[in-house]
Amino acid sequence: MQDIRKALYVGSRSDGTLIERPMSPHLQVYRYRLSMVLSISNRITGVIATGGAALGVFWLGAAAKGPKAFATARKVTGNPLGQLVLLGWLGSVVYHTVGGIRHLIWDAGYRFDKEEVNKDGPVAVKVTAGVSAVLGIALLCVAGRRRRARVKAGKAS
Amino acid sequence: MNTSTPHIEVMRSQLGRARGLGAGQSGTAHWWAERASAASLLPLSTWFVVQMFRLGGADHAEVARWGAKPCNATMLAAVIITTFYHAQVGLQVIVDDYVHGKAHLPTRLAVKIVTSLLGLLGVFAVIKLVAGGSSGK
Repeated sequence: MQDIRKALYVGSRSDGTLIERPMSPHLQVYRYRLSMVLSISNRITGVIATGGAALGVFWLGAAAKGPKAFATARKVTGNPLGQLVLLGWLGSVVYHTVGGIRHLIWDAGYRFDKEEVNKDGPVAVKVTAGVSAVLGIALLCVAGRRRRARVKAGKAS
Repeated sequence: MNTSTPHIEVMRSQLGRARGLGAGQSGTAHWWAERASAASLLPLSTWFVVQMFRLGGADHAEVARWGAKPCNATMLAAVIITTFYHAQVGLQVIVDDYVHGKAHLPTRLAVKIVTSLLGLLGVFAVIKLVAGGSSGK
């Protein structure tokens, strides 16, 4: 049998003839709002964060497996493409965290009025951009410094 | 279903068909699980980010030494379990919303299986690091 909810889309006129009830309009009829982009972004970044966590687990697995596997993992995390992926993961996690905190605040019953939601949206974007940039640059600096220090000490990386 | 001409396919009242399609009696538990794991992840992922500052650019010996410490291993396992639990709960909602019909159940099971396996892989990696199985090789 098909989707049982379809049963509710068939109604009858006063003369007894059947009529298909109208469905509610879909997304494209609404005017663009920042909040709708932020809303779906929370889901998308959640999926990306999961993908990143999967990569993180593989990295940990490589560390557990031994130096050889870990060297391969470092080749991935060390090259520019890998670092771009890591930055994407970082940005996604930061946005998903910011969005998650907003959700927890809403669940507690605050900042849920239309004006408040519209005011907080741009703030969430700025906080995400700021925190991601600071963390990303700082992590790159730390990793770079440690790598250079090791090269200086004459150890093979 | 022939969508051009409206018709009723089953001789049951529309109320009878709609009955039982409401709340599944377990929605709040799922919702709570999502929130509780999300709140737990705030301190846990903060710890993880701090650790990444300690480990950025580290070689294998440094990572192995770090992972072998009981405190680090505990926190790491907690991060991994909570992350994939939250992912499982969250991805299930996405699947429920966007995947319909025959594909729904297999997709939902796949989400459960894949997130569980990834979590297990992480936990066993932590156990191996604690056991020191990788040091010195």
